[in-house]
Amino acid sequence: MTHFLEPNRIPIFQIGDFLLLTIQVDLEDRMIMTLKDDLAERIARTHAKGVLIDISALDVVDSFIGRMLANISAIARILDAATVIVGMRPAVAITLVELGMSLQGVRTALDVDRGMELIRRSADRDFADRDLSEEAERLHEA
Amino acid sequence: MRPEGERGDNSAETIPIRTGADVSRVRRSVATAMAIIGASRIETTRMVTAASELARNTLDYGGGGEVLIAVVGRMTRRKVEITFTDQGPGISDIDQALKDGHSTGGGLGLGLGGAKRLCKEFEIRSVPGEGTVVKVASWTERP
Repeated sequence: MTHFLEPNRIPIFQIGDFLLLTIQVDLEDRMIMTLKDDLAERIARTHAKGVLIDISALDVVDSFIGRMLANISAIARILDAATVIVGMRPAVAITLVELGMSLQGVRTALDVDRGMELIRRSADRDFADRDLSEEAERLHEA
Repeated sequence: MRPEGERGDNSAETIPIRTGADVSRVRRSVATAMAIIGASRIETTRMVTAASELARNTLDYGGGGEVLIAVVGRMTRRKVEITFTDQGPGISDIDQALKDGHSTGGGLGLGLGGAKRLCKEFEIRSVPGEGTVVKVASWTERP
């Protein structure tokens, strides 16, 4: 609960295997750096399978913030968690493309429910892939 | 809602750009200026994003500087003009600096070219060793 006492920190909530965070303020550079550290630590501690980042309250995503969202996704992926950015405003999507930023490697969904569904499906698929590769190994050894 | 815009009053604000927090201040101030001229949501998003890129350029490449945000014009045509000024090293090849992917500061190099694409008006002057001035503008028209 200490997060709530710190105005410059974005609270991270755990819902089952997911971590959810809502970015509701104009992000200052320092806040997003802190967020990166907090989130990496929480993923490792909770073994979360997915991270949902709700940006529906953000009016602006510039190249700096876009790059940070891509970095967060990459860090989470290495820690075996999938990240989905949810709720991007239409004007923000248009501006990002005009700016020349395609957010490659970042998955998006229209809302939190769809984001969770996307992560669940990809977790199932990973599980299936793992089953297949174990099967292949067994066959190889036999 | 059409705040102050109907009154046709002009205003200007200068904000120093020394820290990341100042970049946030610039974004808020540009959003307010765009609301004053009654700009659309998408046009406001474009200008605030462009201003954010340019303010960061001023901070990262210009060694800091300042921005003047002005609301000008009367009734039928209202304009927001934003002028970024720094006394940094300047840019020797502006065409090159406007190309996507060009970066001397470790970023993606979308800043200058990206900002140019987002603005209705874009002007840049730079003297190596003396500094850089970037001026962008957007406007609304009413019959």
